[in-house]
Amino acid sequence: MVENRPFLTFLTHAFLILGFAVVALPVYVAIIASTHDIATLMSGPVPLWPGSHLIENYSMILTSASAANGLPNYSHMALNSLIMAVVITIGKISISILSAFAIVYFRFPFRQLAFWIIFVTLMLPVEVRIMPTYKIVADLGMLNSWAGLTIPLIASATATFLFRQFFMTIPDEMLEAARVDGAGPMKFFRDILLPLSRTNIGALCVILFIYGWVQYLWPLLVTTDPGYYTLMMGMKRMVTVQDGVIQWQLVMAGSVLAMLPPILIVIFMQRLFIRGLTETEK
Amino acid sequence: MAGIKIAGVSKVYAGGVKAVNSVSIDIADGEFIVLVGPSGCGKSTLLRMVAGLEAISDGEVSIGGRVVNRMEPAERDIAMVFQNYALYPHMTVYQNLAYGLKNRGTPKAEIDARVAEAARMLEITQYLERKPRALSGGQRQRVAMGRAIVRKPAAFLFDEPLSNLDAKLRVSMRGEIKRLQRRLGTTSIYVTHDQLEAMTLADRLVVLNGGRIEQIGSPLEVYHAPASTFVASFIGSPAMNLVSGELHGNRLAIGPAVIELGAEAPASGPVTVGIRAEDLHPAREGEAVLPFAVDYVEELGAQRLVHGQVGDQMLTVALSPEIAIGEQLSLAIDPARLHFFAVDGGKRIGKGSVPAGVAAPVVQPV
Repeated sequence: MVENRPFLTFLTHAFLILGFAVVALPVYVAIIASTHDIATLMSGPVPLWPGSHLIENYSMILTSASAANGLPNYSHMALNSLIMAVVITIGKISISILSAFAIVYFRFPFRQLAFWIIFVTLMLPVEVRIMPTYKIVADLGMLNSWAGLTIPLIASATATFLFRQFFMTIPDEMLEAARVDGAGPMKFFRDILLPLSRTNIGALCVILFIYGWVQYLWPLLVTTDPGYYTLMMGMKRMVTVQDGVIQWQLVMAGSVLAMLPPILIVIFMQRLFIRGLTETEK
Repeated sequence: MAGIKIAGVSKVYAGGVKAVNSVSIDIADGEFIVLVGPSGCGKSTLLRMVAGLEAISDGEVSIGGRVVNRMEPAERDIAMVFQNYALYPHMTVYQNLAYGLKNRGTPKAEIDARVAEAARMLEITQYLERKPRALSGGQRQRVAMGRAIVRKPAAFLFDEPLSNLDAKLRVSMRGEIKRLQRRLGTTSIYVTHDQLEAMTLADRLVVLNGGRIEQIGSPLEVYHAPASTFVASFIGSPAMNLVSGELHGNRLAIGPAVIELGAEAPASGPVTVGIRAEDLHPAREGEAVLPFAVDYVEELGAQRLVHGQVGDQMLTVALSPEIAIGEQLSLAIDPARLHFFAVDGGKRIGKGSVPAGVAAPVVQPV
C-alpha cells in the first residue's frame, strides 16, 4: 500500500498490535507466573506484574525440582530433547538433499515413481501412520533407544520436495559446465549444489529443529525409561501429579526455558539465511 | 592443439526424431568453424555431441586423432562457453577460473599463473575477487571465456555466447573472440543463429538446415555462391531476392522483363533466380532493364533499401542514397551476378565463384 491515509495507518497498526497481543500474552503470563511463589499462584488469578521469586524458581527447576516427581533432571531432559532435535534435523536434511539430488540429476528406472511415492507420503503425517510405525519399531526392538526415538522421524518428504524444486531451478548449464570442468556427480554435489542450497538448508534447519524439539506423541509412545524422557514429556508429567499441589511456578519456569532454544535458533539462523539471500544469486 | 573430425554423426531422439542427420565436417588444427542455422536446425545438438554433453547416436567424433564417442566431457580436452555463461554464482571470479584446473589436480602455483595470465588477457584482473553477480553482462562473458582459456584445451566450443548481450557489446565481444582465437590458435567451433556473427567470425561456415549440412565454405564462398535457396536466403542482409524466372537459350525472363545472359544459360525452363540486393543498379544506356515499381524505402544511412515489385514479384534493392527515387525505377544487373536454383529442391544450378576483385583477406597470425 502506498496510500497515505492516517485512518488506514491507524487501523492497520491497531490490527497489528491486537494480533501481537493475542500471540504474546500467554507467553507474558508464563514468564510472569514463573516469578511468583506457589502461594500467590494458588490464591487467585495470575498476577500481571512480576514477582520476586524468579531466581529461586529457575534455580530450583534447573537443579532438583523435576526429580521430585519421579522424573529425570530438567537438564537431562533438555539434553535428550536437544539430541533428538539435532539428530532429526541433520538426518532429515542429509537424507532429503541426497534423495532430491538423485531424483533430479540421475536417470534411473522408476525415477518418477520414486518421486511420487515420496510425494504421497507428504499427505500422511506422523499421527496417521503411528500405529504401524510403532509396531515396526517395537518388533525391531528399538523401544527405549535413541534409534527408536529418531529413525522413524528422520525422513522428510517435505524437505525432499523443497530441495527438488530448488534443484530444478538451477540451470542445466551449471551441471554441464561442471562436467566440462571435470567434476563428477559427487563433486558437483559438494562444490556446487551444497553451497547454492545454503539458504534452503538454513531455512529448513529452523523449521526442522523446531519440529524435532516439540515432538511429544512419538517420544511418549516409544519411551518408558525415564532416562530417555524429553522435555515436552517431562513438562506434561509435571502437570499430572497424583497427589499434592502442581508446582505451577516451576512448570512455567520450565516452559519458559523450553522456549529458549527454538527462539535462539530462529534468531541465529535468520541472520544466516538473510545474509545468504542477499549474497547469492541463482 | 588438435583438429576435430566429425564423421557421419547423427542424433536420434527417443521417438525417432532425427535432430542431426549424418553430418561430416573436417576441422583443421586452429580453424574457426561457425555452425549457423535457424533454431531447431541441430547446430547446438551437434556442438553438444562434440562436447560430450549429448550421446552420439551414430557416427564418430575424434579430437586430435582420438575417438571421443564414449569419453566424459572432461576427458575430451575441450572447453565450452555457454549462452547464459553458467558461472558458479557462489564462487569468486578467481575460483570460477580455477575450478577446472583444481579438479584436474594442477599445482597451486600453476593455477595462479594461468589464472593471472587469462585475467590479464581478458582485462578482468581487477575483478578476480568479485562474485559473478557483481559483474556486468560483458564482464561475465569474459569470465566465461577465461574459464575456457585457463584450461588450454585442444578446442573451444562456443554455444551462442553473445546472444545475451546488447547489440553494441556483442559487436565488441565478437571482435575480441576473434582476436583471442587468432592469438591462441585454438581450434574452435562456434554456434550461432546470427548470420552476421557467423560471417564475421568464421574461417569456414557450416550452414545447417533440418539436421543436414546445406553448405560448407568460407564466408565469401557461401555469400557469393550459395549452394541452395536456403543458404541464399539465410546468409546476407538483406536476404537475397529469390524470384521465379524462365531460361530459354541465353535469355532469362523475369515477369515482363527479359535479360540477355551473354552466354549459354546453365539450364532451360523455369528456375528460381537469386539476386543480391546490392547487385542491382539503375540501368545505364544499352542495358537490359528490369521495370521496378517502388513500394517503400528503408533508410540505413550509408545505403537505402528500396522495396518494390518487378511484375508481381517482391524485390529489395540496396541503392546509394545519392540516387533519386521516383515511383518507378529502371534497374539492371550484371548477368554474371545472377544465381540460378532448381525450382524443385532449391539446389544451385551452375557453379558460382567469388567475383574477381573480391579477394579473401589475408590474416597474419598475431
